[in-house]
Order: sequence, then structure tokens, then C-alpha cells
Amino acid sequence: MSEIRDTQTDDAPASTAKTQQGRDVATDGLIDAQGEDVVGRSVTIGKPAAELFAYFRNFANLPTFMENVVRIDVLDNQRSHWVVKAPGDKLVEWDARITEERDGELIAWTSEEGADVANSGRIEFTEAGARGTVVTATIAYDPPGGAIGKLIAKMFQREPAIQARRDLRRFKQLMETGEVATASRNKREFEERG
Amino acid sequence: MRALTWHGKRDVRVDTVDDPEIRNPRDAIIKITSTAICGSDLHLYDGYIPTMKAGDILGHEFMGEVVEVGSKSTLRKGQRVVVPFTIACGSCYHCGKHQYSACDNGLPADNQDIAQELYGQPMSGLFGYSHMTGGYAGGQAEYVRVPFSDVGPIVIPDGIEDDKVLFLSDILPTGWQAAEFAQIEPGDTIAVWGCGPVGLFAVQSAFLMGAERVIAIDHFPHRLELAKKFGAETINFKESAVYEALMQMTGGIGPDACIDSVGLEAHGFFVDNVLDQIKKSTFLGTDRIHANRQAILACRKGGRISMPAVYGGFVDKWPLGAFMEKGLTLKTGQTHVQHYLPGLLNAIVEGKIDTTFLISHRLPLEQAPEGYKMFHDKQNEVTKVVLKPGLAIAAE
Repeated sequence: MSEIRDTQTDDAPASTAKTQQGRDVATDGLIDAQGEDVVGRSVTIGKPAAELFAYFRNFANLPTFMENVVRIDVLDNQRSHWVVKAPGDKLVEWDARITEERDGELIAWTSEEGADVANSGRIEFTEAGARGTVVTATIAYDPPGGAIGKLIAKMFQREPAIQARRDLRRFKQLMETGEVATASRNKREFEERG
Repeated sequence: MRALTWHGKRDVRVDTVDDPEIRNPRDAIIKITSTAICGSDLHLYDGYIPTMKAGDILGHEFMGEVVEVGSKSTLRKGQRVVVPFTIACGSCYHCGKHQYSACDNGLPADNQDIAQELYGQPMSGLFGYSHMTGGYAGGQAEYVRVPFSDVGPIVIPDGIEDDKVLFLSDILPTGWQAAEFAQIEPGDTIAVWGCGPVGLFAVQSAFLMGAERVIAIDHFPHRLELAKKFGAETINFKESAVYEALMQMTGGIGPDACIDSVGLEAHGFFVDNVLDQIKKSTFLGTDRIHANRQAILACRKGGRISMPAVYGGFVDKWPLGAFMEKGLTLKTGQTHVQHYLPGLLNAIVEGKIDTTFLISHRLPLEQAPEGYKMFHDKQNEVTKVVLKPGLAIAAE
């Protein structure tokens, strides 16, 4: 599970701290931490950790539920190239490198030099008995254009904090039901909704 | 295809829109044969429900014929089905507990944010009921796309006409669940606020579950008349003081359980209601809960409140003190339709439950806007409007 802050008196995840200092503990847990803003999200999925990990670890699968990810090219076992939608019909790209991996439990990554959006993160798979597996994503990133860039991204609903929650939910839908829920009536409507 | 679309407060139109297509493997496309206007559609009509967009197709009570299936659907072309208004996946934790309206996966991820903010956690998807509940196109149309068609729709045996089974989609299971939530014991007296379709089905269900007396409360004489036909005693709140009447009718005890099937647009000229209404119309945003307050005050000590009525936001002056001091229990929620379908279909086939008495008007889809206006303006005579897309075709 998430890191616990040294000074804290409760058991809440570090990424939910009301102070920056408290939240820093969550990023300290990331090797080669990159980025200022931190996002922590959890979802419980009714499937075994091994099955979820296996699907996620094949990064080419991620665009099936990560809405803003246009494409991921797997470069080698540790490195991959990401192409992601940004506000204003722009694309941002970066190479990501795995910094830590524990089979069935955890994947941590960081972006390499020259990333359009410097980011690093960790996805953890924790067995939760009859309920399945708790999947927790912690992401640190530097919003392009700082605070204003973040605001713009939020307006376009392309901000990582919003996306992380939605992506985890789509991951759950896909794993539990075999499909990603959509209200679109037909293909044209689906594309308009993006 | 033709479909009834929402354009604003009291503005619904029949438009030509794109046909639905199979989008996911578990989908099916249904050709609508019957679809009803629900009392809760009037909340949309009156503009009480946020997150509506112009052009949204309404309707969550519908049935029809399967015309197309996805690769993972278990339905076959040509089957007649009734479709639950709740869109539930059948595979998540909550569906596993038969809490279908709390399904984790029925709402598209992008639509879950609003409900998460407002309610803490998002609920299942609903057909034709704003974007907060998924933005799914409804069934007041010629065709509809039905997600998770392998777990939702129930196949209707040949020889049973639409009018007998259409209400399995929402109001019959909702009335039944309301009575079940009242935890009726033999000999109980149950009071039901609101003799709309849900209230009337709750009356019927309460008797089937062993209630000795049911007292129905409304102000439309025709609706009270229907409740009387099922054996209920009645109180017309325009003519009699409800709390006083209930206390006298129960020997000073109060009803053992109270069912609020009124909801956020309660009628009646009571001081608290008028205040609620002023706030609502000035967007100070509280639901009108007069019936609910009355139910809590009248209910016997240690009794139960069942609340099938739809509420959307916040309330004022809810008698929390009375609720606590009297040790009441409250059970509520959107209906877990899928859970009740097999049993209720059986009861209909065996003739134990008849729902056709409710239908006062049958109209072609093209006349849906008139149907809304009628249902809205003449609640005494118009108890239920059923739209038949086939009627229009026959007339041409």
C-alpha cells in the first residue's frame, strides 16, 4: 500500500495529506521522482492480482482503457515510447523506463530526458481477499505550463488527476466485464465524444 | 429512427436521429414495441434533474423485440424482452450481492465524476435519465441499444401481451421493493404516501406480503379510487388532516411502516412545502419533502420508513430528531430490478399480479409530447401513458 508519513498520526495514504510536506512522502517513495504534482487513486477489481498485473505489464494493452493514450510502442523490456493527447488537439510524447518491478505486485516508472511532460509513477497490485485486488496508481508529473497549464488541462478534462481515476475505472470495467462501458449510440457519436 | 428528445423545461419533441448500433460485445439492439412515460420522467420534463443536454432521448420503461446482438449477448433475434431501467454489469461485487442499482461498471467512467462529487460514489447507469446516470439514450424511440444484454433483459414467453409485462421494467419491481423494504409482518398496518404507479403497486405488494391494512394517501380522487380497489383505506390530504387521521385510524399507535412514494416534487399547500418550493424555484436547491416529514412523524415508534421516491439533492428541515428519538429504520434506493424480474414475471403469468389496470392512455410515439403534457397536467385521469411506436406505423 501507499507510504505512511513519519509525522502523521493517522493511517491515511500520504497522497491524501493536506500539506505539501505530507504529500512529498508519497513521491519520496518513487525512485527517480520526477514532477511536482502528485495523484493517488485506488480501485478494487474483482480479479486476482496476477491476472491484472499480466494485462497491465504488456504496455501495448494500455490504450484499450487509457483514453488519452494514443499509442504505446514497446521499445524493449524496460523502455517504452508514449504518445498522449493533450489540450488543444496537441500530442505530447515521452520515453518511459521501468525503475522497479515486482512480479504480480508493482511497476514503477520514470520518464527519460527530453520528455514533453516529465512524470514518474507507480502502480501497485495488492491482494484483497474475496474482494479481489486493490490497484493503486501514484503519479507525479510536471504540468506543462505550470499552474495555468494544469488549469487548461483540467478544463479539457485531460489532467492526470482526472484521467487516473477514469483510467482505473475503465481498467476495472474491462477486467470485470470484458468491455469498457460507453453510452454512445453509434460509432459517429463515439468519435464525437472522443 | 424517430425518438422523443428533451430540449428544455417542458419542451420535448419527436425528432429523427441516428439509429443505434452494437458498440460492445454484450450489447443488443431492441426494436421498441411498448414504452411508458414514468412519473420520474416528469422530473426531467419540469427541469429538476441536472446534467440534461438538448437532444437527449428519454425513456427508461420499455420492451420490444431483439433485432441485433453482439458476440457476447445471450439473446437471440426475434425474442421479446423487457429491459430493466438500471444498467448493471452482472459481474462486479455489488451485482454479485444482487445490489444491481449500485453496479460499479454500468456508468461510463467519464460520467462517474459528477455522482462521485455529489453522492460520494457513483451508482449504476440508467436509461434516458441525464448524463449523471450515464447519458444513455432512452427507450422512447423506435430502437434502443441495450448494454449488458446478457444480464438485464428478461425474455417474455409467447402469448403474454406487452401491457401485462411492460411495467417489469421499473414501476412494478419498484413498488415491490418498496413493500419489501417496509419489512412487513403479519397484522401490520402500512401507510403509503402517493398513489402514483409505484404507490399503487406498493399497496398491491404490501397486501401480498401479509399486511392487514394499507392506508393510501393522495389528493387525486381517481388514484385513491384505484388504491381502494386493491383493498386500501384512503386519506385525501386536501380533505383530511393526514397525521391526525393516521393516528386515529391506528388507535393512537401510528402505522407500523410508512412508504414514501412521492419524491422531490411533493404537492400540497403546506408551509414547509411552500418554503421548499420557493427555494427550488430560486435555485437554492432543496428537494420538496413534505410527505417524507409527515411519514416520519406519523410512523409508530421503532417502525420502518421505506422510500422508493426519487430524491436528487439536499433537504431542509428533515426531522432527524424525531427519526432518531423514535428509533426508526429507513430503507431506500434505486430498484435492484434484475433481482426481482423472474419472481414477478412468474406472479404475472400465474395471474397473481395484474398491472394493466394502470394504463389510461395508449398513444403512437409521434404523440409523445402530448402524452407528457397530459400526464403532467391531468394527474387525476392520466395514470399511465404507454407509447406504441408500432401504432404510428400502422396509422401511416
